[in-house]
Amino acid sequence: MATATRRMRKIINEPDQVVKESLAGLAASVPDILRYDVANQILVRADAPVKGKVALISGGGSGHEPLHGGFVGVGMLDAACPGEVFTSPVPDQMLAATKAVDGGAGVIHIVKNYTGDVLNFKMAADEAADEGIKVEAIVIDDDVAVQDSLYTAGRRGVGATVLAEKIGGAAAERGDSLEAVVSVIRQVNERGRSFGIALSSCIPPASGKPIFDLPEGEMEVGIGIHGEPGRRRAPLGSAAEIADIMVEAVTSDLAAKPGSNVLAFVNGMGGTPLLELYLLYGEVEKRLRAVGLTPVRNLVGSYITSLEMAGASLTVLELDEQLTALWDAPVHTAALRWGG
Amino acid sequence: MAVAIAMDAQTVTAWMNEIAASVRAERDYLVQLDAAIGDGDHGINLNRGFDAVALALSTEPDGTPGKLLILSGKTLVSTVGGASGPLWGSALRKAGRALGDGPTFDLAQLVEAMAAALASIQDLGAAVPGDKTMVDALEPAVASMREGLARGASSGEMLRSASEAAEAGMRATIPMQARKGRASYLGERSIGHQDPGATSTAMIIRALERTVASTP
Repeated sequence: MATATRRMRKIINEPDQVVKESLAGLAASVPDILRYDVANQILVRADAPVKGKVALISGGGSGHEPLHGGFVGVGMLDAACPGEVFTSPVPDQMLAATKAVDGGAGVIHIVKNYTGDVLNFKMAADEAADEGIKVEAIVIDDDVAVQDSLYTAGRRGVGATVLAEKIGGAAAERGDSLEAVVSVIRQVNERGRSFGIALSSCIPPASGKPIFDLPEGEMEVGIGIHGEPGRRRAPLGSAAEIADIMVEAVTSDLAAKPGSNVLAFVNGMGGTPLLELYLLYGEVEKRLRAVGLTPVRNLVGSYITSLEMAGASLTVLELDEQLTALWDAPVHTAALRWGG
Repeated sequence: MAVAIAMDAQTVTAWMNEIAASVRAERDYLVQLDAAIGDGDHGINLNRGFDAVALALSTEPDGTPGKLLILSGKTLVSTVGGASGPLWGSALRKAGRALGDGPTFDLAQLVEAMAAALASIQDLGAAVPGDKTMVDALEPAVASMREGLARGASSGEMLRSASEAAEAGMRATIPMQARKGRASYLGERSIGHQDPGATSTAMIIRALERTVASTP
């Protein structure tokens, strides 16, 4: 089979084993942090369930690494449910994860707003409720490229998901109640906005072909995280021009009071080097200050990706003292580690 | 009155196998349609799901037609993911419940089962005709089946019309702008592409037509 077909330019064995083998490899790399439950295809925090702690789980299609498995650990997620590449996981996975992490204080499902994710998580939450587990689902929808209207499935969940998992995880870790953790995650979603652009498509291993063709000299503006085309196509701009587009889209929608403190998250889509992401952060930082916002915290790197897509997204979160303290709280996961 | 053909558990198994075969054959075509306005996995996900259904049914040869449809739906929910897993999974479960516990079912029950499937999809997905979704193929197919039943069409004739209605509905999605699902993010850029969900739905109805045509 493999010898008959031309190998795609990926470090893989069989295309249909990519997700499972990647999960096994992640677990092998951080055995102190998480374990891989092969039968249920979930990643669970090594010390789960933590008695008396609100548990956080998230999930979605694979191909966005380190989201979500790389965020399982102390101070962030209790479990992650990875689906096939760009495909929502199935309810069985969320139900198994919910049971595995339930410490008696309630379980929160962090769901990115995509029809498939929402439907599958809802089915799992209904079943968990039938089994007497208290589940709260929070849908993240921070992408300003999509108008929330009758004519769309609503705004997509993108970069704010990472911030919600970190900040909500910190609140749960310090012993907040289910209601309090839910409230802080909702606040992140309400005060966070994102916008992304792509400079290339990406190649899902199952099909081996780019999802779309992007001619040289052009970019997709207003992308999500599934390699889907954006809202429009435009001539490829300079970093300064790209920062103009992103900052304008995000800050005009967020409408934060001048003088507000913000967290600026410059995220790579998987194929853009840190050299360029740092450069972009510099451009973004100047522009945020110019509109009266103070980036007192930031995150720069590839944390919610679309395979090897080149491009970047900007997420701006308006901070208050509580959110800042929760952001600074210790975290120990494969992809984010500080404090402690 | 319609010709009294009796359909049974074998009909359900044959229908699911027929779907699995056509989804497998058209997998790359569905992927290609989905890549234009989604993320290019529709054919892969449905292929995985209906292969699992065929396998589940092959190890569960007993059971009423209703039970087998429920098993098929559960299997889809557990294996497909995405939006199409819960949507078709719930649809088949509701269709199975509509068939009840009898060992056989007639055309009127089949129409009721398909109507229950449509209602389930619309309920869960909140889509209406014109949103550029699977509803655009399924709704006209169910309407056509109802109409065929009312005028006493034969099973073959009824399902031929239903397939044609589904395919017409599928083609009618090309000029539509998507208002539900991932294609809706593209706004006007979704215009000019045939909806992959409507396409696989038309294949599912066509598979039903072929199955019933070969029912003795």
